[in-house]
Amino acid sequence: MIPRSTISVLRQARTQLRPRGPTSVPSFSALSRLLSSLAVLEQRDGKLNHGSLGAVTAAQKLGGSITGFVAGGNIKAVAEEAAKVSGIEKIVAVDNAAYDKGLPENFALLLVENIKKGGFTHVIVGHTAFGKSLMPRVAALLDVQQISDITAIENENTFVRPIYAGNAIATVESSDDIKLITIRGTAFAAAEAEGGSASIEDGVDPKAESTTEWVGENLAKSDRPDLATAGKVVSGGRGLKSKEEFDRIMLPLADALGAAVGASRAAVDSGYADNSLQVGQTGKVVAPQLYLCAGISGAIQHLAGMKDSKVIAAINKDPDAPIFQVADVGLVGDLFDKVPELTEKLKQQ
Amino acid sequence: MSALRILVPVKRVIDYAVKPRVNKAQTAVETAGVKHSMNPFDELSIEESVRIREKKSFAGGVDSIIAFSCGPPKAQDVLRTAMAMGADRSIHVEVKDGEEVEPLGIAKLLKAVVEKENINMVMCGKQAIDGDEGQTGQMLAGLLGWGQATQASKVSFEGDKGVVVEKEVDGGTEIVKSQLPIVITTDLRLNEPRYASLPNIMKAKKKKIDKMTAEDLGVDLKRRLKTIKVIEPPPRQGGGKVEDVDGMIAKLKELGAL
Repeated sequence: MIPRSTISVLRQARTQLRPRGPTSVPSFSALSRLLSSLAVLEQRDGKLNHGSLGAVTAAQKLGGSITGFVAGGNIKAVAEEAAKVSGIEKIVAVDNAAYDKGLPENFALLLVENIKKGGFTHVIVGHTAFGKSLMPRVAALLDVQQISDITAIENENTFVRPIYAGNAIATVESSDDIKLITIRGTAFAAAEAEGGSASIEDGVDPKAESTTEWVGENLAKSDRPDLATAGKVVSGGRGLKSKEEFDRIMLPLADALGAAVGASRAAVDSGYADNSLQVGQTGKVVAPQLYLCAGISGAIQHLAGMKDSKVIAAINKDPDAPIFQVADVGLVGDLFDKVPELTEKLKQQ
Repeated sequence: MSALRILVPVKRVIDYAVKPRVNKAQTAVETAGVKHSMNPFDELSIEESVRIREKKSFAGGVDSIIAFSCGPPKAQDVLRTAMAMGADRSIHVEVKDGEEVEPLGIAKLLKAVVEKENINMVMCGKQAIDGDEGQTGQMLAGLLGWGQATQASKVSFEGDKGVVVEKEVDGGTEIVKSQLPIVITTDLRLNEPRYASLPNIMKAKKKKIDKMTAEDLGVDLKRRLKTIKVIEPPPRQGGGKVEDVDGMIAKLKELGAL
């Protein structure tokens, strides 16, 4: 545990430098040499996932040096792509196809070894399927209490995260030597993919065997923008009544606006829309410029996934639906009339 | 061939349909006098474990299903529910009212129980709807060095050891294959939990709850995170309603959304 002791020495030095009370982010610049973050970046089929660059943005807010981490087969191209990302000083790359699918059983050990070697004080990854399955395992191996799904950074130890489906916002302070953090994608925009010139070095590879084996996947294909990062989202609920109606009513509206399509849990459970489209506490969290929903009542679990949208518009025939309490623009009416009319009028413009 | 010995951790949380309120001191969410129930994802775990037994989907059969909860005395209510749904017996690690144990602490308790009870499958909810952390199952798998399959929407078996799990991931599903022992975390589409029938609720009263403490299991539950404050999210101003579609388009333009 050599890095541990190093960190505690640095920690003492930092405590002496730090003024009492809450500190603002800029004052960390003087201490930034002591703080070093590892941003774990995702890749797929030899391409860097730009959505995962939010981890770099979060690391920039912490201050300190930033190292990017990538692993997989033929990783060179991904590492070169990542080296261009603005703000990263160094890329640690591990070339081994065993890490292609991000299986947590071997990836967690890989990360632990590289965290120990690099002596990082902060490790950051997106709160995606990959980050969610990987990071707690890493935390347990390092004996650290992870901080999940943060939306803001107050200082190097203090983070803000929503709890109770976003019905409360908690500020928590960590006393662990290493901070393991997953970040909410909608709260940290992706870092610039150009403008950086990081050095690339090989990481350590413990070559652990994974006890699970990747068999296959079934991903929904879509030409529309990605739900989690789209600027506009149109979303349908139980009020659509069937899959045929969902497709007939909602998809043209999405195309007229150039928007991604989302759905409530009720619509997904009833089979109107694919599971991957679900917006809410148990699905995706979105925060687009415009969230336009039809036939959604606005249960708290759904609101948890969309209430940070810039503008919320709702069409519902029940004037007392809870969705109208959060909607900036509400229209009471039958969605089977109103949505096609809206689609037509938007197309004419 | 060994039968499955399944451990199902369950958590008592504020009922999902209740809108939580932050207390006046802004230190936590108000829990006194608020309806609590079993974390919805944990209901799925119990249901799946019971179905594996009923459908005989694992060749070696199911030897036992043990429900586990760490919480205040009232956590026994959710253990009774779990036993009414089909768990054979329960383990309750009691902590003081208002004492919130972190996922890492829970994972350590579970590891001790797994070793004590010779468990070979842990069926865990993917997250608790109060802390929304989603860590415990993965942490437990890490501590035990077991395989893990998170956010399961389908669980099946191959032979006397193989486990095939369909997992919910961003943009679709992924299928992984593993060997026992394993930690699985459950997602909403895995099954539809049953209601406990009255006769089963009565029978559950006779089933055993073993009470123990963290010290008994040799686990230190010291917190690593300190909650500085808890606040309500900034309220959204409902912007009122418009009369027709033209009104909606005009308003959206005014707000700069179109």
